[in-house]
Amino acid sequence: MSYITGVGLTSYGRHEGSTSLDLMSKAAALAIADAGLKRAEIDGILCGYSTVSPHIMLATVFAEQFGIRPAYAHALQVGGATGLAMTMLAHHLVEAGVARHVLVVGGENRLTGQSRDASIVALAQVGHPDYEVPLGPTIPAYYGLVASRYMHEYGLTQQDLAEFAVLMRAHALTHPGAQFHEPITVTDVMASKPVALPLKLLDCCPVSDGGAAFVVSREPTTAARVRLRGCAQAHTHQHVTAAPSLSELGAEIAIEKAKTAAGVAISDVRYAAVYDSFTITLAMLLEDLGLARRGEAAARVRSGYFSRDGELPLNTHGGLLSYGHCGVGGAMAHLVETQLQMTGRAGNRQVRDASLALLHGDGGVLSSHVSMFLERVR
Amino acid sequence: MSGKPSDWTRGEAAILYQSCRSCDKVQYFRRDFCAACGSTELREVRASGKGKIYAASLVCRAATPETRAHVPYNIVLVDAAEGFRMMAHGAGDLAIGDDVVARFVSFAGRIVPYFEKEE
Repeated sequence: MSYITGVGLTSYGRHEGSTSLDLMSKAAALAIADAGLKRAEIDGILCGYSTVSPHIMLATVFAEQFGIRPAYAHALQVGGATGLAMTMLAHHLVEAGVARHVLVVGGENRLTGQSRDASIVALAQVGHPDYEVPLGPTIPAYYGLVASRYMHEYGLTQQDLAEFAVLMRAHALTHPGAQFHEPITVTDVMASKPVALPLKLLDCCPVSDGGAAFVVSREPTTAARVRLRGCAQAHTHQHVTAAPSLSELGAEIAIEKAKTAAGVAISDVRYAAVYDSFTITLAMLLEDLGLARRGEAAARVRSGYFSRDGELPLNTHGGLLSYGHCGVGGAMAHLVETQLQMTGRAGNRQVRDASLALLHGDGGVLSSHVSMFLERVR
Repeated sequence: MSGKPSDWTRGEAAILYQSCRSCDKVQYFRRDFCAACGSTELREVRASGKGKIYAASLVCRAATPETRAHVPYNIVLVDAAEGFRMMAHGAGDLAIGDDVVARFVSFAGRIVPYFEKEE
């Protein structure tokens, strides 16, 4: 058994003058207070990485800075899947009795701490150093390749992809912490600057500063009772050149294992938090996870299915595409929002029923996957 | 090192792949062993340069001064006739499924494979 007992999230966007450790500390303090705990009660720390300030021992650097002497601490690196991978490990750690309260934290000043070009160069290194990187691809190009193939096989159009950007922006409009607050339309997305076709600027998540944290505990610490019901991973490749066919990607493997671990069906899911680094990522993952049939996710967006008051609300904070993406913290915001929704604390974004949630993270180029089910316990 | 075959990743105008003498699997990323069965009995084979376009993305925003000089450039994934997949550059008019053949061009100070429609 494990529970998400506390969550903390900064606004995403510009945090001029804040370091990665500052942003991690801010989110961590919020999460610990939310769990009703004192710093000294945290006996485990898992943190992600910072491309701005790389360190071989970031968890202990953070622990010292934050003033904690944990019994267990280290960093994890699974790209965009890091947040959920840390949550999965924290779940197993508290279940095994290694720690009682594990702080999971990520944060980075990725926007103001380095140039956008530096971010793009750093991230493109997920490509193969000999066989891909010398060709000058960017992360959007890796996903642009995947998008071209997915559109070819399933008949998606660029207008279909644009729907996901519009939906995430609509959700971000109601969250004061989101990076973007100007509404956009499909026409705006189509007219935005080409980045790596078929992906255009508004198909891509931004670079942000921000921090996110949560506490994973063996028992509930407050009235907010959100239990981790089951989770699983799958890793099929690192480089897009070595990726299996679209029908054999890791999301489908991870979700099958997670459904078994949790003993739930997709039809039980009431809220979804799905990785959305690009519009194509979200479209594909929704279909891979079974939240829409092949080629039909965009139609579900148009019909309002994934809207706040729809049948299956999705990323109600605005996702990576519009809340923002600060690296490891980026997708952790999805879990923070999910916990708020499940505990009825999402304010003007509150959905009717978030009793069972599905979360999914993806790292690399659809390389590493984590699927996870959370349930509200009365 | 003379006599050892070389390829574009080492500055030679060629595409190489490895073929396993034990299990007959082919692999593109060079290793000392077969990733399928672990055998170290590998043949280095020069590819024909023929293949089919699997995916394509036109890069319009590059991140370094060297690559920015080439914008826009088409990044493609090609399914080679010999059964492996590779990343390369390609002509701007390529569509998924096109039969293509490789030549070599200079890009950001290096030689890279560049695919065009097969005549």
